[in-house]
Amino acid sequence: MLKDHAKIMQAFAAAGEIVGRKKLQKMIYIAKKVDFPFQERFQFHFYGPYSEELTLRVEELCNMGFLNEVKEKKGGYMQYRYSLTDEGMEFLNMNLVELPALEDCLTDMNSQNARFLELVSTVLFFDDLEVEEVKEKIFTLKSKQKYTEDEIKQAYEYIEALKGKVVPV
Amino acid sequence: MAYSQEKLVEEKVFKDPVHRYVHVRDRVIWDLIGTKEFQRLRRIKQLGTTYLTFHGAEHSRFNHSLGVYEIIRRIIDDVFDGRPEWNSDQRLLSLCAALLHDLGHGPFSHSFEKVFDLDHEAFTQKIILGNTEVNKVLTKVSKDFPKMVAEVIAKTSPNKLVISLISSQIDADRMDYLQRDAYFTGVSYGHFDMERILRVMRPKEDQVVIKQSGMHAVEDYIMSRYQMYWQVYFHPVTRSAEVILTKILHRAKHLYQKGYQFKYEPIHFYSVFAENITLHDYLKLDEAVILYYFQMWEEEEDLILRDLCVRFMDRNLFKYVEFDPAKEYKKLSELSTLFAKAGLDPEYYLVVDSSSDLPYDFYRPGEEEERLPIQLLMKNGEVRELSRESQIVDAISGKRRTDHKLYFPADLLKDDSSKKNIKKQIRNLLDL
Repeated sequence: MLKDHAKIMQAFAAAGEIVGRKKLQKMIYIAKKVDFPFQERFQFHFYGPYSEELTLRVEELCNMGFLNEVKEKKGGYMQYRYSLTDEGMEFLNMNLVELPALEDCLTDMNSQNARFLELVSTVLFFDDLEVEEVKEKIFTLKSKQKYTEDEIKQAYEYIEALKGKVVPV
Repeated sequence: MAYSQEKLVEEKVFKDPVHRYVHVRDRVIWDLIGTKEFQRLRRIKQLGTTYLTFHGAEHSRFNHSLGVYEIIRRIIDDVFDGRPEWNSDQRLLSLCAALLHDLGHGPFSHSFEKVFDLDHEAFTQKIILGNTEVNKVLTKVSKDFPKMVAEVIAKTSPNKLVISLISSQIDADRMDYLQRDAYFTGVSYGHFDMERILRVMRPKEDQVVIKQSGMHAVEDYIMSRYQMYWQVYFHPVTRSAEVILTKILHRAKHLYQKGYQFKYEPIHFYSVFAENITLHDYLKLDEAVILYYFQMWEEEEDLILRDLCVRFMDRNLFKYVEFDPAKEYKKLSELSTLFAKAGLDPEYYLVVDSSSDLPYDFYRPGEEEERLPIQLLMKNGEVRELSRESQIVDAISGKRRTDHKLYFPADLLKDDSSKKNIKKQIRNLLDL
């Protein structure tokens, strides 16, 4: 009951404050791809994998008073800052979900910038393709981001490092 | 003549209650419809368990897929053809993607995917790209063609205009299912002037836009969508059936994992229970197969599986009360303890279900949002986002409505032949 809500809250508890909706989406997607049991489904959108279900879950958690959302003006756009509330912590304590190594992975991802996480999540989205095909996809679909070969290499290395942190269940 | 250009000697038509006729002239489309993977869609209902609420809702994903194809065909052949912004080379790609967009749906896919962590979109890709009859037909067009179709459906194609025809906030998929679902459920919502919308659609760069003069028809479409979601798709009785269906699948998987000996071996389920389902196994699953097992499981030794299957087959569904998770999660925890004491496993008999819909949302460059807005083409050639022009749409833009309900078997709670006092406490908490 409300387990899927609890898992997302566990992610916030593990990562601490998360700044930016795009970053949040990418962090959960990457965590899901390296085998953390998040249930939200993702599709490919403008910024790479995106989950309507996750957007909804976060909105619900805000409405329930379990998550705090602060809206800030940042240049020409709005930025959103998320953290667990005391009520949220209390709920989480009653509905703890065991997710070993989640904190380590999410803290690491939270220290990366959204642009890099967008690249990492896009690489993971196309993980059934050969590396050269993935590069072609990134250069075509993400042409505005102007990712370099070197950044793509770093993304692959980052994925391997993350997988190394995950404890097999 | 190239296979991609080949036409049937005589046009074939499917009689359709929503579009009157679905017209097929292209050999490729006719061959795709004849594949076994596409025919399988006849055995998967478009609205899952909704038929238990609206008895007419027995229509299939086959009907809907033909409908989406027909809408795209009309847009391309009757509206876009000959316009400089439209590349006629994309016609067959668009038609095939429209026809095949739901190919990977499984039986009762909403519940099935949730329980077994499957994704129908991934299966759509596998059917199009794998060793299937569909793949053979598409490969006859060209070696790369299956990949091109798969990429449009997955929205990873560089061809954003074709993607937006099939998947956006005003697309052929939604225009078909709103009307079709309204027709088969018999509700009076869901109707809007599609002919008008199709006539005012224009290709423009990466997106389909709507001529300003069609704004009111689009407003009507958005309101129809809003009403259909709350009156049909999120109907509480349908959700009750969905809850029970989900719990049956959970229970069967749990029993399999515990080594339970089924009286009627669920051979069709073994690979999905074991989390190693192949495309071949997946394609063998349809709603007739699932319902066969539900009927067989009515005679199982396991009391929970048996009870849930009887409930589903005989439509003895769970009752519900409104539930506010923020204010009542402690009460939920208390109820859960009491259910266990009453001998009703709360994992199966006390279920929170949530529904939520965002009727329309917009995206402005620079914001961290992901929804492609509906754009109006103004008389001066400028493009403006719909909610900036329409007060009705502006009033509902970005406004999400959410509903939570708590489901339980009221009949068992009212049966005082055992655990009378505990059940009384539960009834008091639930205001029964």
